[in-house]
Amino acid sequence: MSEAKSSMRTPLGRVRGLGSAKSGTEHFWMQRVTAVANVPLTIFVVGLIISTAGSNYAAVKATLGSPIVAIPLILFVISVTWHMRLGMQIVIEDYVPAEGTKIVLLLLNTFFCVTVGLGSVFAILKLAFGV
Amino acid sequence: MADSKHVIERPLSPHLQIYRPMLTMMMSIVHRITGCALFFGTILMLWWLIAAATGPTAYATFQWAAGSLIGRLVLFGYTWALFHHMLGGIRHFIWDTGRGFGVNEREWLARASLIGSIALTILIWIVAYAVRGGV
Repeated sequence: MSEAKSSMRTPLGRVRGLGSAKSGTEHFWMQRVTAVANVPLTIFVVGLIISTAGSNYAAVKATLGSPIVAIPLILFVISVTWHMRLGMQIVIEDYVPAEGTKIVLLLLNTFFCVTVGLGSVFAILKLAFGV
Repeated sequence: MADSKHVIERPLSPHLQIYRPMLTMMMSIVHRITGCALFFGTILMLWWLIAAATGPTAYATFQWAAGSLIGRLVLFGYTWALFHHMLGGIRHFIWDTGRGFGVNEREWLARASLIGSIALTILIWIVAYAVRGGV
């Protein structure tokens, strides 16, 4: 309690523990969580691409739509697009000093990653449910 | 973070052109470049999946593009970027445990991930051609 008296920070601010940077270790942590997930999922998808390369359309459609392929493929898409959004965010923040341009690029980064991610998931689900 | 409305002439810290290029430094830069390349390359993944979900004609167009000489070159480069970035990431996992920061260790890790990425890329393509019989 003595610390609380000497500190100018509000109790809520102290509990959040984020300071003036306004963010904590979440970015770093999610970057690593998705990175760990990306390794096995990427190996799976590379194998999938090799096994479907040159196959006829019906075979590809059946493979991509089967649950055992569609589920890890969706996990791959989510993990990869999340990871690349975090990575590109850092690149933009490092190299774009102008505040306005930076905010616009950060928005475009999010829109791009969400579009690629949800577009891919939609396509996989369409193949899986056969509509 | 800093809002640069008032430009004050301050001495700048040494930047890239001051330093002698080193392997670990180049690997760090290439890790970032491959990350950016992979970012934009996901458009190809989106194309692949949407083409498959759309129908035989759309998928045939994708297959034609991916199977063309330029398509194969792009995919070959993409394979290398993918494995280079993946091995660079594994290097970061090792560093996350507090290991691998010594002079010899970091040099060895840099060489191993560079050689590994090239070897894996060539291996993957040999496997791909062997499995699919050159298609």
